[in-house]
Amino acid sequence: MSASIRSRTLIAGAAVPLLAAAALTGCAEKSKAGGDGGVRVTADDSACKVSDDEFPAGNLKLHVENKGSKVTEVYVYAPGDRIVTERENIGPGTKAEITTEVKAGKYEIACKPGMKGDGIRQKVTASGKGAAAERDPKLDAAVASYRTYVQKQADETIPAAQKFADAVEDGDVEAAKKEYAVSRVGWERTEPVAESFGDIDPKVDVREDGLEEGQKWTGWHKLERSLWEKKKISADDKKLAGRLMKDLKEWRDRVGKAEITPTSMANGAKELLDEVATGKVTGEEERYSHTDLVDFQANVDGAEKAYELLKPVAAKKDPQLAKDLDKQFAAIGKLLDEHREGDGFVSYDKVGKSERKKLSDGVNALAEPLSRLAAAVAS
Amino acid sequence: MTAETEHSEDGKPGPGSGDDKAAPDSGERPGGAAASGGAAASGGEEPRKAHHHPGRRALLGWGGAGLALGAATAGGMTAALEYGSDAESVAADSAAAVPFHGEHQAGIATPVQDRLHFAAFDVLTDDRAALMDLLQKWTRAAARMTAGDTVGTGAVGGPAEAPPDDTGEALGLKPSRLTLTFGIGPSLFENDKGEDRFGIKKRRPAAMPDLPHFPGDALDEKRSDGDLCVQACADDPQVAVHAIRNLARIGFGKVSVRWSQLGFGKTSSTTPSAQTPRNLFGFKDGTRNISGDDAAALKRHVWAGKKDGTEWMAGGSYLVARRIRMNIEIWDRTPLAEQEMIIGRSKGEGAPAGRRRERDPVKLSAMAPVSHVRLAHPETNDGIRILRRGYNFTDGTDGLGRLEAGLFFLAYQRDVREGFIPLQRHLARDDTELNEYIQHVGSAVFAVPPGVRDSGDWWARQLFS
Repeated sequence: MSASIRSRTLIAGAAVPLLAAAALTGCAEKSKAGGDGGVRVTADDSACKVSDDEFPAGNLKLHVENKGSKVTEVYVYAPGDRIVTERENIGPGTKAEITTEVKAGKYEIACKPGMKGDGIRQKVTASGKGAAAERDPKLDAAVASYRTYVQKQADETIPAAQKFADAVEDGDVEAAKKEYAVSRVGWERTEPVAESFGDIDPKVDVREDGLEEGQKWTGWHKLERSLWEKKKISADDKKLAGRLMKDLKEWRDRVGKAEITPTSMANGAKELLDEVATGKVTGEEERYSHTDLVDFQANVDGAEKAYELLKPVAAKKDPQLAKDLDKQFAAIGKLLDEHREGDGFVSYDKVGKSERKKLSDGVNALAEPLSRLAAAVAS
Repeated sequence: MTAETEHSEDGKPGPGSGDDKAAPDSGERPGGAAASGGAAASGGEEPRKAHHHPGRRALLGWGGAGLALGAATAGGMTAALEYGSDAESVAADSAAAVPFHGEHQAGIATPVQDRLHFAAFDVLTDDRAALMDLLQKWTRAAARMTAGDTVGTGAVGGPAEAPPDDTGEALGLKPSRLTLTFGIGPSLFENDKGEDRFGIKKRRPAAMPDLPHFPGDALDEKRSDGDLCVQACADDPQVAVHAIRNLARIGFGKVSVRWSQLGFGKTSSTTPSAQTPRNLFGFKDGTRNISGDDAAALKRHVWAGKKDGTEWMAGGSYLVARRIRMNIEIWDRTPLAEQEMIIGRSKGEGAPAGRRRERDPVKLSAMAPVSHVRLAHPETNDGIRILRRGYNFTDGTDGLGRLEAGLFFLAYQRDVREGFIPLQRHLARDDTELNEYIQHVGSAVFAVPPGVRDSGDWWARQLFS
């Protein structure tokens, strides 16, 4: 966690001298862009020169030229590394034009030679009215790290889900059952972000009782029912597996653009616990497979990640809150450990009522202080 | 110990006294003169003795009561109408605030409110300091809520990003005579393995033993026991629910609600001048309950004393809570005369068998030997008296189309060994008629500490100091 904050800081730090150098060479001394001229971005294998570090808010046109030997890509990031726009596959010696709309505020333009890593960045400002208030850089770093985490979860979900989808397409019920819960972990860890894409969530994670009239049931839970209750895979199920992969890939591709703020991280952490309280503790979420505890753990993981990233700021404002949260995260971890079996967890239908109540109490104990995290990081 | 438990005004009945010579004057008491009946009931113990000398009515066999019942019923209709006019004369301002601080906790002898939300909690933490901290937070919140205030920084106006301290559903509602009464169950002193959980095992009051199994008990452990309890009584159900909800919320992580019960239509009154409420069998219940202003009876039967062996409990009391399911449907198919025989009072007026008015002195010999009032009467039970604050409950239907309903029985006494236990032993064994229609399905016992003295004091401070 803190490791990734540090590495991000290093990269940002490395970018500054380069950009300063760019300014000195006079590249930025052109007339202000934003009108018809736009902003020129000159990329090579070790630099990313931007003609203007300030331009008016509104329509932004980037004229990109790749003078290096590697294929590159160019990103515009809003604070917290939200992708405003991006262009991949800009070959050596080629030019590209990127247009986007930017609100007043701080941004970073990044070139990524070899299309890898966090890129060589320059800070730029879109000037004008309505700029968001400046945020504690620690919080921006937390948001950026969280976005990295979310992206990683999405990236890692694809191969795991592919294994599941392949087993379904092979008609192998037992193999598919094995891969089912594992394929969902990345999604469950980052569910509040995933759910911010209102069009993807109902395609991949809806339960039968959540369907609207006329809506076709697709996604994980439809397959769950086939595997555990019907105990067979239909031709339709095989198609659904392919469809699930398509939807999940779309999720992966869009995660970088999700609006994430320190408060949405904190509230997202709380929402993950709400998910546990309403869907997992009751056994409703995985009513056929009874793998609820796998989801439970994943939801707690995701909440804990968000909390850890926000903790440096939260602990300053509300030390008691941080103390409570540390204690309760540890307690729920211990409680979950009581139900471990092999690599995973016992089937939730084997968890008795009084044990479920203990889990429910643990969720309440954690979620109550977690509901105050957003206020502790709101500036 | 059931819906209809009755207690005479007399704590020390003379042996063999099943009657009283004051009976002949009963006819003169107008229905509206409940206050005079109440005064008699609360007039201390000594004068009451006189009523227990056998009088002429004692010559009537209980068989004769059957005839008397009919007459009493007819007369009762008129009387009931008259009674209607003096309802709630004591609880004139049902919106007012009941003082929170005092020698005794409010919610025991204070006038009974219309609604109940009772909750029993398990303590999850094993950290004594955390428990003490919670009790202090609870006390502060309780003091505020009973005064009609919100919890903490309120329901609105706090930071936009944070959930409000107070849940808000009582905003704009009056204090509604909310009382919050706190108790401690045996399991807080020692767990079921006999281990001392918070270093207080030795301080467990002898007056609060575990309840024995009574014949006929069908107790559901999920509706029984608890480390702590809070009884919330108010005239507005929303105010009572708000109070328990906010205390539960403050306690998350340290305590968990084990079970809770909503109640309505108080079945006992501590204010004899108010109209006696009815239980779900349709009978007035609590006519002879200990009056909240009968200091002598309270001292003798309800408040724990300094010399009772548990000094930290002085000024407190012991609470028994029983969830009593009523077999409503079969009761409703029971002929009126049989219902009245089983209870020992008329249904309309509530007059004791062989009498005309509700507050006419009870004449045990006029009642069937199996009548509940007779069996539960102090005279039949070595003078045992308890203070009741029971409520009716209806939790919808039970899936078989039957009303899931009954009496949530709450009884306060100075010593459970001399109060509920012998009384219920007797009733469980001998109250065979009524027991056909009821079943005890939940049970708990709590030590209810003395009152919170001032803003620096807190619930059960004496236990932990």
